[in-house]
Amino acid sequence: MKKFFRRGKGIEFLFLFFALASVFFLAGIVVVLFSSGLLILRTVTLREFILGRYWHPLFYEPPAYGILPIILGSFWVTLGAMCIAIPLGVGAAVYIAEVASPQLKEILKPVIELLGAIPSVVYGFFGVVALAPFIMRLFDLPIGFTALTASILLGLMALPTIVTISEDVISSVPVLYREASYALGATKLETAAKVVFPAAFPGIVTAIILGMGRAIGETMVVMMVAGGSAIIPRSFLQPVRAMTATIGLEMGEAASGSPHMHALFGIGCVLFVLTLLFSIAAERFSIRFRRQVGI
Amino acid sequence: MRKFKELVFSVFLHTATALPLIALFSVIFFIISRGAMVINWEFLTQMPRDAMTAGGIFPAIVGTFYLVLVAVFFALPLGVMAAIYLVEYTRQGGIVQTIRIGVSTLAGVPSVVFGLFGMVIFVRFFGFGVSILSGGLTLGIMILPTVIRTSEEALLAIPQGFREASFALGATKWQTIYRIVMPNSISSILTGSILGIGRAAGDTASILFTAATFYIMHLPNSVFSEVQALPYHIYGLLTEGTHAQAQIPIAYGTATVLLFLVLSMSALSIVMRNRFRRRKKW
Repeated sequence: MKKFFRRGKGIEFLFLFFALASVFFLAGIVVVLFSSGLLILRTVTLREFILGRYWHPLFYEPPAYGILPIILGSFWVTLGAMCIAIPLGVGAAVYIAEVASPQLKEILKPVIELLGAIPSVVYGFFGVVALAPFIMRLFDLPIGFTALTASILLGLMALPTIVTISEDVISSVPVLYREASYALGATKLETAAKVVFPAAFPGIVTAIILGMGRAIGETMVVMMVAGGSAIIPRSFLQPVRAMTATIGLEMGEAASGSPHMHALFGIGCVLFVLTLLFSIAAERFSIRFRRQVGI
Repeated sequence: MRKFKELVFSVFLHTATALPLIALFSVIFFIISRGAMVINWEFLTQMPRDAMTAGGIFPAIVGTFYLVLVAVFFALPLGVMAAIYLVEYTRQGGIVQTIRIGVSTLAGVPSVVFGLFGMVIFVRFFGFGVSILSGGLTLGIMILPTVIRTSEEALLAIPQGFREASFALGATKWQTIYRIVMPNSISSILTGSILGIGRAAGDTASILFTAATFYIMHLPNSVFSEVQALPYHIYGLLTEGTHAQAQIPIAYGTATVLLFLVLSMSALSIVMRNRFRRRKKW
């Protein structure tokens, strides 16, 4: 035993124990979500839960626990956000990595990273007091709380993530690629578009997936500005309800142990599985990128 | 034709960079320009009065401070030790791989899901109730991946030669970590953790069901008290209460305080980190 400690094995095990904390917490989250969430399957079938078109957990007899409109609501606002964030984010990353002067790059990189730290509730607040009234007047709507309002804000929020990671990826493409392209007579912009961008593409996909993960998991903005109607979205100018917003808005009023609460935990399970798939996909593309450029 | 294509592409790249910057700065300016008008010494140091329509936001500032304190005291030691294991005791193998996957997955979990976890485990299972302790621990778990990553980066920045010199003098692994690695990396670990503080101070969804309350008229008196917190206060001022028009200016002020807090914390940690990165060559 004494020998065991003298070799420092004891300390190593102590560190290992703390290093495993993240894994424990992750396992704890899975257990908590699924042990409550799966109980909803006592009330409705999995098919009725995931594909059911009506979410009437309260004030309806019988109540309905279909979350299809809520899942689609999340996808809808995330889709809108990505339409804004992908072209701008990737464009900005290419600019910062390939075109901007070193001095400008030194300023732009930290500034964009800093903008990523703006708390989500501040975006939500801005949405309520400024963007929603603007959207209402612009499109002559009865109310400004729409999928579009949420998408614009989520797009802005996802931008720093996409720009920062894409820029890192583009900068890590080996300089040989560029030199070979210049030697063939290509200009700087042609090299960026036709050589560097394709080489960095899998890594940029990683950045986009992580940005999507941020948008789909974001709670406050969709709680405050998306409107909240649990109906299947057909337009960007209608109110929608996302998964995170449903949990945030209804957890307070759901009775402990009721099917309603189990359904909210069930939504948490769906959300968790989606973000897990995003993490796995992001990692896959990241590995492919590193292998492709040989770093 | 080639020139024209270049021009179009160049215009696109410039727009793509300028547009988000303009948008994000206008959001900040919009809020700060209105918030600055309500902020004064009383606003920062007084209790709310007249059903949240007047007075200050002192309890929310104090509440956020306590929540962040608990989160950092929980996440910092845990995260640093995890990083030491990952960097100093690295053996390529199943366990390290599992930990890495665990950390990166935890980093992608939405904050509202951390809130659910905190509600079930800290509020109910451990019986801490809706409290500073429950909320702080929930925030601590949420920022753990950030702390681990920044600590790892700080440890990796120490040249391998330092460790080898220590081993050559007959020091054990633990002595090397304790006497050589930690003293040289502790300042960059601490600046990295400021990034986590900024995140914890600004997050709302994870404290919705674990710590935050809107109506409370006194300061917290123990770690088991419910608290007001700056981000939740903004949300509460917009969605609760009966005098929406009177509450909006207070919300601008609160948002300005929160923005100032989070942005200055993050700016500090980004500047310090970049300085450490540059000094990497020793």
